[in-house]
Amino acid sequence: MDLFEYQGKQYFAQYDIPVSPGDVATTVDEAVSAADGAGYPVVVKAQVQVGGRGKAGGIKLAGDADEVRNHAGNILGMDIKGHTVERVWIEQASDIDEEYYASFTLDRAAKAHLLMLSAKGGIDIEEVAATDPDAIVRLHVDPVAGLPAHELTVAVAAAEIPERARAGVVGILTKLYRCYTEGDCDLAEINPLILKPTGEVHALDAKVTLDGNAAFRHPEWERFAGTEVLDDRERLAKEKGLQYIGLDGSVGIIANGAGLAMSTLDVVNQVGGDAANFLDIGGGANADVMAAALEVINTDENVRSIFINIFGGITRGEEVGRGIVEALRRVEIRAPIVIRLDGTNAEEGRQIILDADIAADRLVSKPTMLEAAKTAVAMARGN
Amino acid sequence: MAIFVNETTRVVVQGLTGGQGRFHGLRNRDYGTKVVAGVTPGKGGQEVEGIPVFDDVAAAVEATGANASFVAVPPRAAPAAIIEAAAAGIGLIVCITEGIPVQDEATTFATLQSSHPGSRLLGPNCPGVISPGKCNIGITAGEIAQEPTADGPNVGIVSRSGTLTYQALYELKQAGIGVSTCVGIGGDPVPGTSFVDCLGDFEADPETHAIMMIGEIGGSAEEEAAEFIRASVSKPMSAYVAGVTAPPGRKMGHAGAIVSGGKGTAQGKIDALRGAGVQVGLNPTEAGQLMARIVATL
Repeated sequence: MDLFEYQGKQYFAQYDIPVSPGDVATTVDEAVSAADGAGYPVVVKAQVQVGGRGKAGGIKLAGDADEVRNHAGNILGMDIKGHTVERVWIEQASDIDEEYYASFTLDRAAKAHLLMLSAKGGIDIEEVAATDPDAIVRLHVDPVAGLPAHELTVAVAAAEIPERARAGVVGILTKLYRCYTEGDCDLAEINPLILKPTGEVHALDAKVTLDGNAAFRHPEWERFAGTEVLDDRERLAKEKGLQYIGLDGSVGIIANGAGLAMSTLDVVNQVGGDAANFLDIGGGANADVMAAALEVINTDENVRSIFINIFGGITRGEEVGRGIVEALRRVEIRAPIVIRLDGTNAEEGRQIILDADIAADRLVSKPTMLEAAKTAVAMARGN
Repeated sequence: MAIFVNETTRVVVQGLTGGQGRFHGLRNRDYGTKVVAGVTPGKGGQEVEGIPVFDDVAAAVEATGANASFVAVPPRAAPAAIIEAAAAGIGLIVCITEGIPVQDEATTFATLQSSHPGSRLLGPNCPGVISPGKCNIGITAGEIAQEPTADGPNVGIVSRSGTLTYQALYELKQAGIGVSTCVGIGGDPVPGTSFVDCLGDFEADPETHAIMMIGEIGGSAEEEAAEFIRASVSKPMSAYVAGVTAPPGRKMGHAGAIVSGGKGTAQGKIDALRGAGVQVGLNPTEAGQLMARIVATL
């Protein structure tokens, strides 16, 4: 789960990582009272989960309430790369001497945690990684041993963080590691991490991705729920407990297993089509889950055909066949369906679908993934 | 021969009295696997269809000589169950549990490495391992796996994805090609067993004559496998990598991109594998057909 900046800062604050005083606002009036609370001058920042908001005019400095009113009015509702701004974060403006970069994430190849630290922060850090890789210091952290203080001190010096900022940076990184591990983050990133003229170091931005699998031990994550950026199809799918990602194409996809679903997208693409979605219904394929999947796809007006790709392992072909027939009885489907059913007892499953006597312009069965994909793509084109 | 498991493997199922453990544990036994014990704390002394249940793995090992474990317990209990099995001297731990927090996976793997280097973890979140005709641990449907022949040629399969593992088994069965062992390593961020581990064992296994590999987008496991193949695998291989057209993840931070350094895309993985001499199909069926052609020349 990706957090908005304001949520990330709230999460940081839980681990005593210093952030600027501020508040979130959804209206102009709320923005003004947040600014009054934070103390002028303030920065009005659009809350969107996409980069480049500064260039898009989503970050503005305001010296008084009138300016806050003006900027918040402009930014709320603004479209930034397809994301509508529903909230702004208002915080006290900071004097900045220097900007650094710091993050903790998992290095999958090393199977260890990774600290990345650079004195060149505030700018596009991927650009730094590409053009000046030595400017980023990397420190692997053994998950059992934790972050050793002396290694951290060495890393901060190696990153050429100036003397007067080092103690502050070490302190923040120690807290950030705690936030990352105990706080069950997939990513905890600060860019920029700033040094103020006063010598204080603090987080001017927050990019936090929480590990949804750890939600059971974080009741406090409840307050982050409900702000996830989902379109209508994705919201319905989430309600029904389906793994769904909306796309722009015209072939609706239903498959069992994430790998097979990905593979289905690949095959549709290979034969010249475009998938309308990624939808994984999991291991089984009973009538309830199949009906739910068809309902979600049915709400997508771009869908011109539906490709159901099921491989029966433990779930036998007969059960899959019965599930599909039952689901079709329950849901009135707009688009024609192509089904490819394979695996254990696939023959019996196909026979059940055939015996259900569904009109051929509504449902056809194809024996291989490739043939089914070709048919679905042709149908989507109206052939 | 085969790798990891064979007809002598003796399995303890951790969580045998739970829904998943009971269902799959009994299926594994029906397949012919020697399922010798179950473990559920507080239920020692009970039986599940004739299989004795113990309070802990150490007691199960002592009483039954179990040397492999099948972990089928919920995410919050799985890390401790894995470490318990390792501490009891279990050599192969197969964990099918889905949804273990990444922090716990990382800690569990590091603990195994430092304190129990003799134990191999397969998974978590994997379909398991099957040596057809000999032993099946996990959730693979045994009937879609073709038994190997004494003279071969037989194929070893290693896969990161569950349903595509079945697909691969099925493609080979359709072609009448025997499988020595099929290993599902799972798609979680910190898998206990990697492609490289499996490829090394397949290379050394006299019953395996060719290897089929199923990868997917994300991470750099396929690229690492390609390097290993180039240097250390002489047996012919076919592969498939899922996710060429996968929707772009909505990752917002930059750390992931910097860590992977451009690795992780399906095309990058396909190129790396082809560069190592692997024949790569553009869908699972094509990878199966390529393998059938390879086998025909052996």
